[in-house]
Amino acid sequence: MSTATTPAPAAVSTAPEHGRTRLLRWWPAAVLALLIVAPWSALPLPGLLDGPVGSPGSLQLLATCLLFGALATGYDLLLGRTGLLSFGHALYFAAGSYATNMFLLEAGLPFAAAAVLGVCFGAALALVLGSVSLRVTGIGFSMVTLAFAQAGSILVSRDPGGFTGGEEGRAAPAELLPSWLVGIDHTANLYWIALAYLVLTLAVVHRAVRSPTGRVWEGIKENERRVEVLGLKPYGFKLTAFVLAGALAAVGGLVHLLLTGGSTPQTTTSDFTLSLLVMVVLGGTGTRWGPMVGGILYTWADHRLGDLAGSGAVADLPAVLRVPLSQPLFLLGVLFVAVVHLLPGGLARLPSRLRRTSEENR
Amino acid sequence: MTASPLLAVRDLRVLIGGRHILHGVDLDVAPQGVTALLGRNGAGKTTTVRGVLGLVPRTGSVLLDGEETVGLPTHTLVRRGIGYAPEDRGIFAGLTVAENLRLAERRGADGPAYGLVHELFPELKRREKQSAGTLSGGQQQMVAIGRTLLNGNRLIIADEPTKGLAPKVVTEVAQVLERAAEAVPVLLVEQNLAVVRRLARHCVVLADGRTAHQGEADGLLGDAEATRRLLGVGRGPLAPFTAEADS
Amino acid sequence: MSTIVLLTMTGLGLGALYFLVASGLSLIFGLMDVLNFAHGALLSIGAYGTWWAASGQLPGAGPGGWGFALAVLFGTAVGTLAAVVLELAVVRPLYTRPREQVLATVGVGLAVPALLSGVWGSDARTFPGPEALSGTFALLGADVPVNRLVLVAAAVVVLVALRLFLGRTRHGLVVRAGVEDRAMVTALGIDVRKAFTLVFAIGGCAAALGGALGGLYFGSVDPRQGTSLLIFAFVVVVTGGMGSVTGAAVAAVVIGLVQQFANYYTAAGLGDLAVVVLLAALLLVRPRGLTGRLA
Repeated sequence: MSTATTPAPAAVSTAPEHGRTRLLRWWPAAVLALLIVAPWSALPLPGLLDGPVGSPGSLQLLATCLLFGALATGYDLLLGRTGLLSFGHALYFAAGSYATNMFLLEAGLPFAAAAVLGVCFGAALALVLGSVSLRVTGIGFSMVTLAFAQAGSILVSRDPGGFTGGEEGRAAPAELLPSWLVGIDHTANLYWIALAYLVLTLAVVHRAVRSPTGRVWEGIKENERRVEVLGLKPYGFKLTAFVLAGALAAVGGLVHLLLTGGSTPQTTTSDFTLSLLVMVVLGGTGTRWGPMVGGILYTWADHRLGDLAGSGAVADLPAVLRVPLSQPLFLLGVLFVAVVHLLPGGLARLPSRLRRTSEENR
Repeated sequence: MTASPLLAVRDLRVLIGGRHILHGVDLDVAPQGVTALLGRNGAGKTTTVRGVLGLVPRTGSVLLDGEETVGLPTHTLVRRGIGYAPEDRGIFAGLTVAENLRLAERRGADGPAYGLVHELFPELKRREKQSAGTLSGGQQQMVAIGRTLLNGNRLIIADEPTKGLAPKVVTEVAQVLERAAEAVPVLLVEQNLAVVRRLARHCVVLADGRTAHQGEADGLLGDAEATRRLLGVGRGPLAPFTAEADS
Repeated sequence: MSTIVLLTMTGLGLGALYFLVASGLSLIFGLMDVLNFAHGALLSIGAYGTWWAASGQLPGAGPGGWGFALAVLFGTAVGTLAAVVLELAVVRPLYTRPREQVLATVGVGLAVPALLSGVWGSDARTFPGPEALSGTFALLGADVPVNRLVLVAAAVVVLVALRLFLGRTRHGLVVRAGVEDRAMVTALGIDVRKAFTLVFAIGGCAAALGGALGGLYFGSVDPRQGTSLLIFAFVVVVTGGMGSVTGAAVAAVVIGLVQQFANYYTAAGLGDLAVVVLLAALLLVRPRGLTGRLA
């Protein structure tokens, strides 16, 4: 295991903090404030976004980025904090989305009830599958999660009873959702919901990691045998992490349902979980902000590169350049391999690595 | 010792899983005869051997015939002429006896010394095609030691070769090692003091990851008080077996 | 009766395909402890390489007769080369970091299908095949497509070749020993890293061959083929025991047959589900796989 587990605090000086460093510690709050007011801003960010920040298109993209930043953070609870490599995390995200959709469409429940039940379904699924998967350790566990995810994916595409809509997925019924969550005019509301989800996930993960349970997770990640020797049963703690992460993912599925207006089988594929994996590793596993940064960057890159690929600028390039550039997954895959080799620990640890190299060179 | 050591270990430190196992071990292996590596359970004997061979990450200095080897990967170091019989014998259960031996062959000036091995261990010739996993403990130990004798090595390292073996087999193993030591220096990790007494000329005692004593084996084992203090053995110099199971 | 014959042959054909992919995967995991997520990409490279050559791009190769054989050879060679490059450039540098090795293969496994998509589009392309291999033959009253037989024959050849390699050659001996105890092999003075590259090459060769013949079986190639087959290959490897080629063969046959029969006699798609659930059940009951090797 090569990733460190100490979360990177915003400021690192141990010596008497100057005013400037103390002020820097509040950067998360400042960023949050900026994000909250974004929908009212008409600031253009050429290159980064297609329209001004407050436009529906940009807000949609930002909301998606925030959503995946949160999802990645929840996934890191398993990978970076407890050392569990799960290939099936997408399943609980999809469960939250599909279940809520089904409760709305089939059971005719009001939105609030359907939402709560949908998330509960996702969490319950995580409990059931997790309790089975965690009976095996190491690579066996990863394989079982992969197997379950694949089973879920197959189940969804086969569309039993017409519930899942098969290959096309299922649109959320606009008339059954609260009006303030539907339609382009209300994109800002969806954006704020995604932001709230991110804040929720960050807070929950942060608290959980600092708790006594979180310390056991760290112990399990470092050396599970030693935790057993201390008289603790790792299984219960791992299951707790699994269910918590699964529940957070289910909430994410709910938000995704609102954001995209439907459930799609694409979210059940192993590719989807693998992209989560890329996000987390890119950003830095086991760090406070790393997975979020990874999630945001990856999602942004995936969308923007997709736009770029379709644009005129790329179509004129010689084939050697055009082909790779037109495939976001190719670029991201290569970037991922590069990061794994050159930047172990991800982007979040880059500042401390640079600081260490500059100290060594002094 | 008067002659320069074949293997000179200085300040060997090993870190495993964040914990220091060895805190700076010094060790000399004499260029002739058997040097015994002794110590209580948990003293770090096997870790020292693994550190010398590079099987665990280590710092310090390990000179083989005056040449530094700490920077070398294990397989390169071993090719310089070290035969290793590890604590768990390191036999490949799925392979036959002959295949286990064949694996240890190295391309050298003369061919592999099967003549010597089959002379010392006629059993192995008879059981050539037998799956090594079905051998008895003693027979597996023969394979392990046989492998070290195949290549004209400069040094043989044997980690607790008599562990878990019946008394008669212990004697056989001791006899083989004695014969081997006539030609090749041996670093022997042992808990069985009778074997040590019979075979070893020099000895090194470890305690808590450090060297506690280096000197003549007779001198140490003849001193009941020192033996008790360093090795935790109570009954005196001729005690046949130690009570502990694994180290 | 003819249905059963057809199902059996199809199951065996599919099993053969799984074996071609899983055999290398099993050796790689057994020897190196690396779960090679890029293995499906190697299959796709073999498939596209063969398709490209057989479509007339390679002089001498074509959709029929010996030209096709040349195309298959070409595709297999490209896949083998890709596997070697993969091992040397991506996997070996991370030798001391096993988790990162897996992650790196995941990255390659994502990148390669995307690249293939970019070059040749993400739609399926028709796979050219020789006339002789595209028909059916009569077996016990059923009309069985010849390509099933081709796959089974190829798998048998590969199985025999692997057994001979492992059992009769020194390199094979090193691989077998390394699967059991890599550290001890090093301690005997053998550089296991050469065995690593060799095992990757073998795996790549088998997977690429699988891809080439799989194109024949499915009648088309598409960039996603490798990844979907990879999951079943994982199931085969784990069921058969990591590092055991014979175990992989047995497991592949069982899984291919179960899948076909279940898909036919219950609902379509439930066969796939059954296989996956079988894996989970097996791992829970017996974490060591069918032949008892360490999972």
